[in-house]
Amino acid sequence: MSDALVIAHDLTKRFGDFTAVDSIDFEVQPGEAFGFLGPNGAGKSSTMRMIGAVSPITSGSLSVLGLDPVTQGPELRSRIGVVPQEDSLDVELTVAENLMIYGRYFGLTRSVIRPRIEELLDFVQLNGKRDEKVDKLSGGMKRRLTIARSLINQPELLILDEPTTGLDPQARHVLWDRLYRLKQDGVTLIVTTHYMDEAEQLCDRLVVMDQARIVAEGAPADLIVQHSTREVLEMRFPPGTQEENIAQLGGLAERMEILPDRVLLYTPDADSTSSEAHARGIRPVAQVSRRSSLEDVFLKLTGRSLVE
Amino acid sequence: MTSMLLRVIPLPFRSAQRAKYVFERNVMVYRRAWMIIFSGVFEPLFYLFSIGIGLGGYIGDVTGPGGELVSYTAFVAPALLASSAMNGAVFESTMNIFFKMKYQKTYDAMLSTPIGVPDIAVGEISWSLVRGALYAASFMVVMAGLGYVESWWGLMAIPAAVLIGFAFGAVGMACATFMRSWQDFDYVTVVTLPLFLFSATFYPLSVYPPAVQQLTRFSPLYHSVELVRAFTFGVFDWSLVGHIAVLVGMGAVGTAVVGKRLHRLLLT
Ligand SMILES: Nc1ncnc2c1ncn2[C@@H]1O[C@H](COP(=O)(O)OP(=O)(O)OP(=O)(O)O)[C@@H](O)[C@H]1O
Ligand SMILES: [Mg+2]
Repeated sequence: MSDALVIAHDLTKRFGDFTAVDSIDFEVQPGEAFGFLGPNGAGKSSTMRMIGAVSPITSGSLSVLGLDPVTQGPELRSRIGVVPQEDSLDVELTVAENLMIYGRYFGLTRSVIRPRIEELLDFVQLNGKRDEKVDKLSGGMKRRLTIARSLINQPELLILDEPTTGLDPQARHVLWDRLYRLKQDGVTLIVTTHYMDEAEQLCDRLVVMDQARIVAEGAPADLIVQHSTREVLEMRFPPGTQEENIAQLGGLAERMEILPDRVLLYTPDADSTSSEAHARGIRPVAQVSRRSSLEDVFLKLTGRSLVE
Repeated sequence: MTSMLLRVIPLPFRSAQRAKYVFERNVMVYRRAWMIIFSGVFEPLFYLFSIGIGLGGYIGDVTGPGGELVSYTAFVAPALLASSAMNGAVFESTMNIFFKMKYQKTYDAMLSTPIGVPDIAVGEISWSLVRGALYAASFMVVMAGLGYVESWWGLMAIPAAVLIGFAFGAVGMACATFMRSWQDFDYVTVVTLPLFLFSATFYPLSVYPPAVQQLTRFSPLYHSVELVRAFTFGVFDWSLVGHIAVLVGMGAVGTAVVGKRLHRLLLT
């Protein structure tokens, strides 16, 4: 018997003939931060909505906090927090009122909710906006309010669907810090994202989804070791000359990825590969050597770049 | 005991114990926008002063439902109350549901909490009933103050207006779940305006030839008008049961459709 918080087996979601999630398996352990990484349309949100008990599963099995999302939806939803991909804040209410009414939806009394509102506004640094109408907030502030809102019922499990999309770099870092603190407090996190750095920073374990399926699973560092070389040499050539240059690159690296605007050479040692290329008379207009990242794992597994 | 009690409550209401929070949300929103509610009070009063008292003073007396001579104002006032209950309920419910569902994602937010679709349907419909009751009550106060209520039964016009609001509100909400864009709202007027003009609102049904009379009986507003008129004049017969049945039926079917449609649209 597994003590995982979320257990999905053969989980499938179809919309008519279209399969959005195609028999995926995964388990989320208590206290971990679990990521879903994948390009547009991979099926991440569809999976989140099934876990959040707002979208009935088509087939397979799913258990969340030991509950069945189909038959025990209200109880399940009372114990989780959800940050949807699209903000669904109540634009007719103020910041504080949004938190109040959302807490009421959970059946909490006003006297319980009131101190939580202050705590949460502190937590997401929106104290100054307490009585502001929501439609006056910036996109990043709305996102932070949505996160505060998802915590009003002190959830055991928090589902975040692209929590930082649309945030500036600084706001993203603040958010990561907050999520990290929640994790320290024992809240289990499920996060979807397009951003490699976010996945690497935030997630203990993640799955890479592509076209409705899970194509890889593991800790970010393990995935990189498993699916990529230690280093990568990126080369950019003058427009129109990429093809002739590629012809001369044969055998230089373990693996090569050709992107529309550059070529990636996968190698244990980028610097020595660079010298070798130079010796062959290859002259890129720009080149970068770096360590392999999840982006490279993704590229290898799906043949496509994640961030277009 | 409680479970016994639960079993006799109709299904949508039994599974809607959290409807009160949906209602509470509306109270929160309109606490600040009370002017909007207030303006709803005026619509029936405008009707009353222009058509009832203005036109009524010009026309004089007509034959009332009991066969006796009554002032035209007293004759037309219950019809105006019924019509504005219909208009209020229809516009409120269609706009409301459409806006919240399509643009504001209010229901998506609610559904990620323990709140379910029946709670939303019941909560929203109850809210529009309470508003309707408020409008009807203020109308009756003015009418009584001006001496146009002929019977104590007139008090019953308030719950009657609430029933009318329920019937049209539920059907309006159901229609709203099928609307794709704001253009579709034009159809609402296409339906409600003829109802307003041809439902024995401004003259007794007897002015029509028999065939048209039969046709008028298909108008839900006709049944609403007759219901309110029966109460304000204190003149009753068995047709009253029929009027009530039509409205209860509309409300029940509308509520059921709203529940089904919201389920389909929101829980995909
Ligand atoms: N309600 C729906 N009806 C029909 N198709 C849907 C519905 N919801 C999602 N889909 C389809 O399912 C697929 C997966 O969508 P999903 O939203 O899960 O992707 P995602 O991984 O979250 O993508 P993104 O990164 O763009 O948010 C898409 O092709 C989408 O068009
Ligand atoms: Mg998504």
